[in-house]
Amino acid sequence: MIGDRVRSLLGPDVVAGTATGGQPIVAPRDEDGVALLLRAACAHGWGVRIAGLGHWRPDDGPADVVLSTRRIDRPVRAAPEDLVATADAGLAWSAMQAALAEEGVWVGIDHPGTERSVGSVAATATTGALSSGMGRVRDHVLGLTLVTGEGRIVRAGGTVVKNVAGYDLAKLAVGSFGAFGVVTSVTFRLRAVPRADQTLQVQGRRDQLLEAALAVTEAGIIPSALELRNAARDERASWSLAVRALGRAAEVRATLEAVRQETGLPWEVVDTGAAAAFWRNWQHRAIQSPTTIRLGCVPTGLARCLDAVTRIGPDVVVSVSVASGSLRVTTDCGPEAIDRLRHTMTEIEVPVTVERGPWSTLAAAGHFGAYREGVGPLVTRLRKTFDPKSVFVVPVGAGA
Amino acid sequence: MTVPQTVVRALARVVGDRWIRTAVAELEMYAADALPTKRRRPGVVVLPGDPAEVASVVRILADAGVPFVARGAGTGLSGGAIAGADAVVVVLTRLTRIIAIDPQNRSATVEVGVINDRLTAAVAAHGLHYAPDPSSQTVCTIGGNVAENAGGPHCLKYGVTTNHILALDVVLPDGSQATLGSPSGDAWGPDLVGLFVGSEGRFGIATSVTVRLTPTPTVVRTLLADFTSLSAAGECVSAIIASGIVPAALEMMDRNCIGAVEASIYAAGYPTDADAVLLVELDGRDATSVAEDAAAVRGLLEDHGARGVSEATDPAARARLWHGRKKAFGALGRISRDLVVQDTVVPRSALPEVLRAIEEIGKTFGITISNVFHAGDGNLHPNITFDAENPEEIVRVEEAAAAIMHACVRAGGTVTGEHGVGLDKTRYLPLIFDAETLGAMQAVQRVFDPWDLANPGKVLPTHGVAHWHAVDRRGAA
Repeated sequence: MIGDRVRSLLGPDVVAGTATGGQPIVAPRDEDGVALLLRAACAHGWGVRIAGLGHWRPDDGPADVVLSTRRIDRPVRAAPEDLVATADAGLAWSAMQAALAEEGVWVGIDHPGTERSVGSVAATATTGALSSGMGRVRDHVLGLTLVTGEGRIVRAGGTVVKNVAGYDLAKLAVGSFGAFGVVTSVTFRLRAVPRADQTLQVQGRRDQLLEAALAVTEAGIIPSALELRNAARDERASWSLAVRALGRAAEVRATLEAVRQETGLPWEVVDTGAAAAFWRNWQHRAIQSPTTIRLGCVPTGLARCLDAVTRIGPDVVVSVSVASGSLRVTTDCGPEAIDRLRHTMTEIEVPVTVERGPWSTLAAAGHFGAYREGVGPLVTRLRKTFDPKSVFVVPVGAGA
Repeated sequence: MTVPQTVVRALARVVGDRWIRTAVAELEMYAADALPTKRRRPGVVVLPGDPAEVASVVRILADAGVPFVARGAGTGLSGGAIAGADAVVVVLTRLTRIIAIDPQNRSATVEVGVINDRLTAAVAAHGLHYAPDPSSQTVCTIGGNVAENAGGPHCLKYGVTTNHILALDVVLPDGSQATLGSPSGDAWGPDLVGLFVGSEGRFGIATSVTVRLTPTPTVVRTLLADFTSLSAAGECVSAIIASGIVPAALEMMDRNCIGAVEASIYAAGYPTDADAVLLVELDGRDATSVAEDAAAVRGLLEDHGARGVSEATDPAARARLWHGRKKAFGALGRISRDLVVQDTVVPRSALPEVLRAIEEIGKTFGITISNVFHAGDGNLHPNITFDAENPEEIVRVEEAAAAIMHACVRAGGTVTGEHGVGLDKTRYLPLIFDAETLGAMQAVQRVFDPWDLANPGKVLPTHGVAHWHAVDRRGAA
C-alpha cells in the first residue's frame, strides 16, 4: 500500500527493497525526492527511519518506511585548490576518499565500522582514531543540506573554510542521528594527502600504556592518532597503544621520535604496507558486537571510565583516542547496563552516547539518555521545529 | 518607547545603583561598537557582577518584556552590540574571573568578561595558549569571541572559536540557565555549543566558557615577502595552500595599508614601495621540519614573483612584524577619520580575481579601500576609509560595501568570515541563503527566544525569510 503510493509519487523504481520488518526501503535519487517523500509521510502520518548503506546499525525498528540515501551518490564535487569538497550522503565514504585521493586531498576522518556512507558518518558524528590529532566530525564539516520532517530543504553553512553568516545549523545536524532531518549532502574541509604516514605500536599493561599516552599529550605532542585498545575476548591479554603520525616526512619522524623519548617504551614499527589494514581492523572492531557506546572523557578521567566500561557487558571491545578523551566501547549489553553506566559517568561529567545498537536498546536507552538541566526543553522544541509531525523514528532521548 | 522605571529600579536592586547607567552622557558611551556607520543610544545600561546577577537581570527583563543586548568590550565590527532606546545593554566586562586552569586536560574555564590576551597570558607558564587571536585580542573578551565565533590570523592552522569551545554556561532569554557541552567537548545530546557559538547574542547570554587550550609551538619561523603586484601575491597564496603546507598564519597587506602602518607608531619595517606584503608564519615542535616548510614556502614566494623575502631572526623582530599587522586597523586612522572594516570570505583560488574587483569598486565609487586580511583562509578585510560627517560619502561607502559583497558572493564566497552579521549585514544574507534556510534560522532563534527579546533585529533580515510554524515554550507546534 505505502509502496504503491511511493511509486506513484517518485517513480516505479524508487522502492529498492523490503526491510526486515516488511517496510518498503525507499531510495530517492536526490534531495527533491527525499523532500517529496517526507511531505507525503507528513500528510499520511508515516513513520520514517533513515538509513545509509546499512552497515552500521541493525535493520530493525518500527517505521512505516525506510528512507535510504544510498542512491543519492553523485561523484564528489571537489575543489582541491581550495581544499573543499561536497559529497552526496549516499556515497560510500571509501569511494569519496578514493576520488579525493586522486586529486591529492582527503578528509581527515576515519570512521568506525565498514562501508559507511557520507551521510551516516555526518549524522552520527562517528570518527575514529584520527580524532586525537585532527578533531571531531564537526571540525571537518563546512556545510550540509538537510531535509526536514516536513520536506523543507535547508542549506546550512557554506563552501568556504571560514563562515559566520547566520546560525550554524550544520552543527545541529552533525551527530544528531537524524533527529532534525535527513542529511543529503555534506561539504568538507580537506587536507593534502600526507607524504608520510607511519605507525608505531606497543603492548603492555593498561595503566602503564595509559600513563605513557597521557605523558605524550601533556608534553604537547599531538600525533594524528594516539589510540589505546584492549584485546577482545581475552581479559588476560595485554593492551595495545598505537601512535600514527601523518604529514611531511621530517614532521612525522620528529613526532614519532618525540613519542619514543617521552615514553621510553619498546615501540614496534608497523610496516607501511600493513598499516592501512592495521587501522582498518582497529575501526572494524567497533561493530564486533551489537552495541557501540561513546564516552566523552577528559584525558585524566580515562582510567576511571575504563574501569567502568570494562564491566558493562561480555567481550567488551574498547578503543580510546587518548588526546581527545573519546572512548568507544562495543559489547552486547542492554539498556539497564547503559543506564547504570550513565549514572556513574554523570558524576564525573562524562556524556554517554549510544552510537549504534538494536532497536530494543536504542528505544529504551536513547542515543543520548537524559539531558542536563535546561537542555531537554530546548532539544524538544528544536525537534518540534524540524519535525513537527514526528515523522522521524529516531530515539534520541531515553524511553523514546 | 523607553525602559520602564520599575524595571530600572528592579535592575538596580540586583546590581546596585553604582552599576546602572541612565544619564544621556553615560549612555552615549554605549551607543556604538566598532562599526562607525551605525549609532543608537540605549535606554539603560546595566553591569552585572557575576553570572547569578546576569540571570537575575535577564529574568527581570524577560518578565517585563524588555529587549536586551549583551555587550563585551564593544570591539565588534558589525553593530551587534548596539541597542535602541527601548532596550537594556547588559555589559559583561565585570565577569573577569579565571575560574579554573587544567593544564593536564588542556582546558580552562573563564567568565565571559576575561580578555582574550589575558587568558593566554594566564596559561603561558604551562606551555599552552588560547589559539583564536583576533586583532583586537588585547581588549576583546572571550564572551564576545563566542558570540561572534571570532577568528584571527592563526586560525588558519588552529581553527576558529567554535573549534576551541568545550562547554558554555548560558542564561537563556527567559532567565533560566543551562550548561551546554561538557569538559571534554562531547555533549549530552545534540551539539548546542556549536549552535550557540556565533549566534551573536540572539540565543541568550553566555556567562562562563570552558575552552580548549593548545600547546604553544616551540619553533616559529616568520617570513615577510614583498610583491610589486597584488595579484601575484594573491596567486602565491593559492600556491602555498595548494602545496599542502599549512602555515600557522598567512596574512596579506596592500600598499595603502603598508603605507599607513609605516607612517604610524606601529611601523614594522614593511617596504613602503611594495604593492603587497605577505606575512607567513610556520610553527611546530621540531626545528628541522619547520625549517623544511620554511624553505619550501620561501621557494614558492620567490617563484611567484616576490621581490624580496626576509625572516624575523628573533622574537622581538617577529613581535614587531605582528604588531604592525594587528594594529593595521588603528594605523588606517591616519588616512581618514573613520573606517569601515569589511569582512568577507572567498575561495582561496579566487583571491586574485576578487582583489582586482575590489580595486575597481574603489575607483568606481571614488573611495579608498585598503586590504589587510587573512589570505590563507580567503578571509578578506577590505577597509574603507571615509568621513562619517559627509552624508554623501557615507552613501558611497554603503554602495561600495554592497558591491564588494556581491563580488565575493559571485566568486563563491560568503558575506562574513569572523565579524558577524550584526546590524550591518542582515540585508546580504539573502545573497547566500534561500528563504527556506533563513526560515529555519528564524525558527531556531524562536526556540531559544520566542519573545524576540535577545538582541532583536540582528543577524536575520526582515524580508526573504520563509515562514515556519511557531513552537511554543512547551514544545507544541
